[in-house]
Amino acid sequence: MLDKMPQGVTTRIDNDAARRDRSVEHDVVDLYEAPMWLWHWVNAAAILVLGVTGYFIGTGTAAMLGQPSNSLVFRYIRFVHFSAGYVLTVGFLLRIYLALVGNSHARQIFYVPLWRRCFWSELWHALRWYAFLAAKPEKHVGHNPLALLAMFFMFTLTSAFMIVTGFALYAQGSGNDSWQYQLFGWVFAIWPNSQDVHTWHHLGLWVIVCFALVHIYAVIWEAVVSRRSIRSSMISGEREFRG
Amino acid sequence: MGAATETFYNVIRRQGITRRSFLKFCGLTAVSLGLGPLAASHIANALETKPRLPVIWMHGLECTCCSESFIRSAHPLVKDAVLSMISLDYDDTIMAAAGHQAEAILEETRVKYKGQYVLAVEGNPPLNEDGMFCIDGGKPFVEKLRSMADDCMAIIAWGTCASWGCVQAAKPNPTGATPIDKVITNKPIIKVPGCPPIAEVMTGVVTFITTFGKLPELDRQGRPKMFYSQRIHDKCYRRPHFDAGQFVEEWDDEGARKGYCLYKMGCKGPTTYNACSTVRWNGGISFPIQSGHGCFACPEDGFWDRGSAYDHLTTIKQFGIEKTADQIGMAAAGAVGLSVAAHAVVTAAKRLTRKGDGAAQDNHRG
Repeated sequence: MLDKMPQGVTTRIDNDAARRDRSVEHDVVDLYEAPMWLWHWVNAAAILVLGVTGYFIGTGTAAMLGQPSNSLVFRYIRFVHFSAGYVLTVGFLLRIYLALVGNSHARQIFYVPLWRRCFWSELWHALRWYAFLAAKPEKHVGHNPLALLAMFFMFTLTSAFMIVTGFALYAQGSGNDSWQYQLFGWVFAIWPNSQDVHTWHHLGLWVIVCFALVHIYAVIWEAVVSRRSIRSSMISGEREFRG
Repeated sequence: MGAATETFYNVIRRQGITRRSFLKFCGLTAVSLGLGPLAASHIANALETKPRLPVIWMHGLECTCCSESFIRSAHPLVKDAVLSMISLDYDDTIMAAAGHQAEAILEETRVKYKGQYVLAVEGNPPLNEDGMFCIDGGKPFVEKLRSMADDCMAIIAWGTCASWGCVQAAKPNPTGATPIDKVITNKPIIKVPGCPPIAEVMTGVVTFITTFGKLPELDRQGRPKMFYSQRIHDKCYRRPHFDAGQFVEEWDDEGARKGYCLYKMGCKGPTTYNACSTVRWNGGISFPIQSGHGCFACPEDGFWDRGSAYDHLTTIKQFGIEKTADQIGMAAAGAVGLSVAAHAVVTAAKRLTRKGDGAAQDNHRG
């Protein structure tokens, strides 16, 4: 799919005067389409909500005295967690659909082209670039190989894992007759003691936290140092190679 | 052995129990099994017409807590279950016969009720050293288990030992103690886990099989759905405190005195499937959470190997020192954060030192 990349990417020369100015000066590539942009931000919001509420569900909230009928704090925290989980899941399914119908960049987070020799040479270069050993970054239109690895293993696989284990845990509450149990109950064939599923689901949170740290740092760093715009790409959908 | 062809009804009438008491018992049993209003008459009909079920009860590596629990059943009374409902032909702990006489019963049942008797197994067979860690009647227990399992109708795996392995199978499991379903693979196995299982759950399973002549519906893990389809947490009387976010933080704090939720004290109710919070123990008197202590997850797979009994998440030992998921996660996030910060510092330093020739380089790039 990567070899089709040049056709998939349309260099954009706009009639808009301001745009034309920029595209004359720099290469502007129309990278992310509007639905991708929408998915990214809905997904980011869902993950933030899931992470915070999930942490509270895992550790419990601070002590509160009084009658239980006066408060449903934990119930609400769990409700928000479950709702955000549904949003994340619907978003993930939408994202798979976008990968199927969208341009080749939309497919990037779903596989790592380990079989390509250029992937390994580019990976080596990216490692050297991040270690301040290479003089110049390579101009990737999509993610660089290092980012691909992080996206695939830390984001895509972890998200899928969190969705599957999350629904399995939800099925514990909704019961053995629920569709959640019909669809995801097989998780308990792998881990018969559901305590393990809770523990793994909890560890998944920290993988996502690590990913978010690296992701946000890399975006800012790339914008400042490599002078390319992952950040503004996700904000405007374009990528420009400045300077 | 002629008694085994008698029906339950014949037996209790002979013991002087009135038909009225018999029907009351049927009604109570139907309620405790969660069946509909017509079920009581079905139970009565079955107990009046069907011959009693021959049961062989064997003991492998175990502590006999399942038997101790079983004999305390209140609804139905264990004397009804043992003396009337089933024909308990062999149970080396409580039977009158001993030695060769007792062992002869095994062979007799095997021949006479081929494919009709239920094999109830308490404990499990150790497989290491050819099963020499559990010798019963001069032979390894695993041989006795295999030979009796060959001709049985079904196996009831009493307790966590028979269902999952329990303490004798905890790491490093020196005797190779193995749950029944890993040894016998060609017979239906009903797992009735718990350490021990609740008395009424045990007699309830027996009553179901006697009544309907078939095995109860099992869940994905082989446990009867009627007793193991909900978590302790789902029916816990402290659940309102969980939903309200009211937790016990210390064993002697205000929350503990007020009976708040024990989630933060490591109660394993949210991951434990059993009927404790509905059926309770010792004739419905109490259960661990009601006595102020969290659930131990005793009916769950490998509950001895899940770290502390006071953490609801598993202790992770792969990192040398025992850690919780949170400690590992925070350490990882901290390490990532530090490397990100270090990388940022190096970047800034490089930019500062290159400031002089930076402009030239920028021009070069452009």
